[in-house]
Order: sequence, then structure tokens, then C-alpha cells
Amino acid sequence: MIGRIVPIILFVLLGVLLAVGLKIADHKTEIPSPLIGKKIPEFSLPALGQEGVMITHEDLIGQPFLINVWASWCPTCRTEHPFVEQLAASGRLRVIGLNYRDEEEDALAWLEYFGNPYALNMADVSGRTAIDFGVYAAPESFLVDAEGYIVFKQVGMLTPEIIAQEILPRIQSAGSSQP
Amino acid sequence: MISSQLRVFLAVVALAMMVPAFAGSEPLIFTDAEQEARYQQLTLELRCLVCQNQNLADSDAPLAQDLRQEIFNMMQSGRTDDEIKQFLIDRYGDFVLYMPPVKSNTLVLWLMPAVLLFGGALVVLIVVRKRSLNPGGQKEENS
Repeated sequence: MIGRIVPIILFVLLGVLLAVGLKIADHKTEIPSPLIGKKIPEFSLPALGQEGVMITHEDLIGQPFLINVWASWCPTCRTEHPFVEQLAASGRLRVIGLNYRDEEEDALAWLEYFGNPYALNMADVSGRTAIDFGVYAAPESFLVDAEGYIVFKQVGMLTPEIIAQEILPRIQSAGSSQP
Repeated sequence: MISSQLRVFLAVVALAMMVPAFAGSEPLIFTDAEQEARYQQLTLELRCLVCQNQNLADSDAPLAQDLRQEIFNMMQSGRTDDEIKQFLIDRYGDFVLYMPPVKSNTLVLWLMPAVLLFGGALVVLIVVRKRSLNPGGQKEENS
């Protein structure tokens, strides 16, 4: 009796393992960021296309904002671009661009062609600041609260679902204390 | 929703387009052979976050190149291996290490081989004992 039940149980367990594996397959390469709940790293980066203008972390803190890591060489950034524009146009959240390992000329042409949803754009040509943010793929987005703490990170493209379910609910709690 | 296959495809295209970006990397000049050996060892133990089944030493991804440069710079400024690893863990998490630290959430990972070994040994023991008690070899259920 037991001899017959054991293989069936093992088979069912194997099936469960397969189902779980398939379920997480889409997210397997996403690494949970150790920066969630921490203050944004300190940085000082030139503003994209504005010679001599520097942007630091202190310039950004005060209201919640979203840092969107993008590049003109990144096809997924193009796919998510309309959603970033919708979010910026809604006026509910400042969207700050972190132009990652890009050529200034290409980045400016990209914004010219697809539209510029960014309140500010920082140029991280060397990718050094992106390392401090734990960036390993573009696009990535960091939601930062009014005090400068990272509350959410999206690896890969932003979708209307993620904006509605993960980002907007978090700024209601993160930004409500601000005037 | 964009399908995962499309995302993978786009990622592959993106990686293919990145190729020219690392063609002109500068060679690293080590102060001595010992430092070079340390560098080789460190980049072997650390994971490339882009191509996640490759280590930093083997990966050609632009990020891997940046991180190798960063590791080299930290070595030049006299930081220890542990400090360099911690620098990366602070930014990318334990995932960056090929050998995960023993923690409450990695305990299953560390104990599983031992559990499987002893479990297997136990099964073998039971089967052998059963057979020795029933030397004829006929199973009761099959008769």
C-alpha cells in the first residue's frame, strides 16, 4: 500500500515545485534591493544637456519623487516611456531621470524624439552613481519619499499596473505629511 | 503586459547593442603579483548582476566592467577583500556573492545537502533491513 502511495506523493510534490518555479520564472532575475528603507545615496551629477549645472541628492529631497534610470540604448526604456509620461503628466509625482551610461547627444535626441517627461535629468556617463543605487539593468525606478528614503524599487519597465498598484498608493502615505 | 519572451528578446537585443561600449577598456596595472591574485580571486567569487550565471571575471557586460574597475580602485586605495565585498553587498545584496552567508533565510540552502544525504542513508538502511528480514525476496503485496 505505502509502496504505491509514496511515488504519487513524490509526483504531486514535484508538480508543486514545477508550478512554483513557473510562477516565479518571470521574476527570477530580479534581485531584492538592500537599499529599500534606506536613504538615497549621496551624489553630485551634471544635469543632462546643461553645462556646468550640478544636481545633488539634497536638491531632490523635500517632496516624494521617482528616479527613473534610462538610456537611449535601452529598448525597454522606449517601451515604458509612454507610461512614464502619463505618470509625469498626472502631476502626482515628480519624475527625475537618471541617464545611465549614455552619450549626451544620443540622450538629448531621444528626449527630443519621444518627449521629455522628466522634471530634471541627471547624466551618469560613467555609471558610478548607478552602482551606488545598485542599478544592474535599465530601466529601473526608485520611489523616494519626502525625507529621502527609498520606499520601492522597480527593476524592469514600469507598467500602468505597477504605477497604480505599487507606486501611487505609496506616495499617498509617503507624501501626505508634506504641504 | 509585455510577454516575458519579448522582454528576454529585448534584453538580448540590448546586450548585443552594448557590445561596442566595452571594446575600448583600459588594461589594469597591478602593483604586484599578489594584488593581481587577490583581484582574480575576488572577481571569481562575485556574481555579475546582468548575466547572473557568470562571475565578474568572466562577464563582458558593461556593468561587470564597471564593477571590476571599482574593485580595482578600491584595492589600490588599500581596502580589504571583506570591505570590498561589503561595498557590493550594501548595493546589490547577498546575491552578489557566489557563496551565500549562513543566515536564517539561507539555512535551508545550507542544510539541504546534509538533510538529503542523511535522508537517503536512512531510506537505504530501511530498505536493506527490510530485505534482510525477508530473505526470500518476495514482497507480500505482490503475492
